[in-house]
Amino acid sequence: MSGIRFDGVCVAYDGNTVLDRLDLTVEPGEVMALLGPSGSGKTTALRAVAGFVRPVAGRVLIGGRDVTALPPHKRGIGMVVQQYALFPHMRVEDNVAFGLKAQKAPKSEIPGRVAEALEMTGMAAYARRYPRELSGGQQQRVAIARALAIRPGVLLLDEPLSALDAQLRSGMLAELARLHRELPDVSILYVTHDQVEALTLADRIAVMDRARLQDCGTPQELYRAPRTEFTASFVGNANLLPVTVADGGAVFEGRALTLDRGRAAPGAAATLCVRPHLLGLGAGPNALSGTIAEVQWRGSTHRLYVDVDGHRLKADLPELRETPALGDRVTLHFEPRDAVLLAAGVSRA
Amino acid sequence: MLVHSRAGRWAAWGLFGLLFLPLFALPLLVVVAASFATYWSGALPSGPTTANYAAAVRGESLQALTTSLITAVAASLLALTVGTWAALAGAALRRRGKRLLDALFMLPVAVPSVVVGLAVLVAFSRPPVLLNGTGSIVVLAHTVLVTAFAHRSVSAAIVRLDPAYEQAAASLGARPAYVLWRVRLPLLLPSLTAAAGLCFALSMGELSATMMLYPPDWTPLPVRIFTATDRGSLFSGSAVAVVLMATTLLVLLAVSRIRTRASYR
Ligand SMILES: Nc1ncnc2c1ncn2[C@@H]1O[C@H](COP(=O)(O)OP(=O)(O)O)[C@@H](O)[C@H]1O
Ligand SMILES: [Mg+2]
Repeated sequence: MSGIRFDGVCVAYDGNTVLDRLDLTVEPGEVMALLGPSGSGKTTALRAVAGFVRPVAGRVLIGGRDVTALPPHKRGIGMVVQQYALFPHMRVEDNVAFGLKAQKAPKSEIPGRVAEALEMTGMAAYARRYPRELSGGQQQRVAIARALAIRPGVLLLDEPLSALDAQLRSGMLAELARLHRELPDVSILYVTHDQVEALTLADRIAVMDRARLQDCGTPQELYRAPRTEFTASFVGNANLLPVTVADGGAVFEGRALTLDRGRAAPGAAATLCVRPHLLGLGAGPNALSGTIAEVQWRGSTHRLYVDVDGHRLKADLPELRETPALGDRVTLHFEPRDAVLLAAGVSRA
Repeated sequence: MLVHSRAGRWAAWGLFGLLFLPLFALPLLVVVAASFATYWSGALPSGPTTANYAAAVRGESLQALTTSLITAVAASLLALTVGTWAALAGAALRRRGKRLLDALFMLPVAVPSVVVGLAVLVAFSRPPVLLNGTGSIVVLAHTVLVTAFAHRSVSAAIVRLDPAYEQAAASLGARPAYVLWRVRLPLLLPSLTAAAGLCFALSMGELSATMMLYPPDWTPLPVRIFTATDRGSLFSGSAVAVVLMATTLLVLLAVSRIRTRASYR
């Protein structure tokens, strides 16, 4: 069993820091999602583990062993990248056997392990095909089979689903979850910009923004009790309202709001975080009235954009019988337990 | 270029005919016509004969054809090896070193080939490496001349090669040498065969450097054409030229038929 540890890892390209003192531990057998917007340094962090970028400072450990100075082929990792990079001149079975042959696995073992890896990813029937004869989803399964065939201790996945269409993606997500149940010893570092993938698959999520680790925790922690404004808005797209902390609640634009969870001292400026699906329509506790700015029908839900004193709130409501019109005055409300107070200015988002 | 309207297509063909035919095709047709002629005094050649060809495919001409073929094959294989090696090494260098290497390999192209021939002659005319008077000095000069092209085209192909492949291979535990043999070279194969074809064609037609240093027992075909026409045997020279042209085209065609699995991408 081997985990991954980033120990103050810094990476710079031409003097630009793209990874700033990353400290992160992926426990053995854990799925860690590295979540963040494009350009936040996720791929760079993954490449530092794989050995394709050399950190300017810090250490990378795999299974407790310092691999910072080790070339990629000596690190014992499995990797799947966005564009799969299957070898176009080899059949599927030769792609999967590549790592075993390169590592001089006993000849008698290779066919069995290739078959096993293809079986696991459901690609056994395609062993004799060339990559160009496969669909995107199939190529991706082969790429995973190829990475798993060498039985790596850690598996690095860089946006493995981003080249697939939405339907395939949710199917593959379930497949990945199943694979991890079958291989509970493999630590997985899963890079993605898609919060749904991260929330679905990961044991823990590390949120990255602008070269820095912003937040790290279980999906539930990050979703229910984000620590920073960036996490709150990036994971779950929360409403963020500037408030002043008061006794037992907060004040938003002159309105007193009751809250269950208030950590800050009264009088301090803070940010109130409410998830769009926790807002209700109509009168109730913590009422906020405003005018409809936009209505989006999303099948089973309606998304309303409501302007409250110059702040635009998002509310996701079960499909409405009567759709409000633009400019209508409506009232939104939320339960005291459904909001979280964040110290203002915790993140630089 | 896609031309859609009918008038546009006709115009494009017209332009093609106007430019291509007189520039490229006509001179070649004239040589072919001359190769079947006994004399040419009017507007058209006369005295149709195949005697020129009968002479062109036996004796000294046949000898010269073999010499040319051996020289071209040897030179292009050598050039391909050296050029590919240098291109691979260059790809691993930093920008400054790479530019220096590129410039070095372009030198034989920038320098007139007569000068290259002379340089090779002078350099290898005395011990320790005495090649003057042997066929290998011709092969060497050709190699020097065509390596630039091999290096150029393989370099370009390496730049286009997606690094994701070699990185995937390395992440699977493959040592760099294994990655080179099993991934990079197979993926470069289409470019390598194209480069080999180019080198072969260049070597088959090389005259000016060859003139400087060919020994009497290693006379390539272009030299023979030159000496024949210099003596005034214009028509037998033309026949030899057509043989040279046909052989080169045939080999190029064969090389381009080598379909590699990598090119099916
Ligand atoms: N090879 C490179 N050379 C220079 N800059 C790079 C290189 N690779 C990535 N970067 C920069 O590093 C930053 C982080 O990139 P990356 O780790 O790929 O982000 P992410 O995967 O989160 O989208 C980006 O601003 C990108 O422009
Ligand atoms: Mg990325």
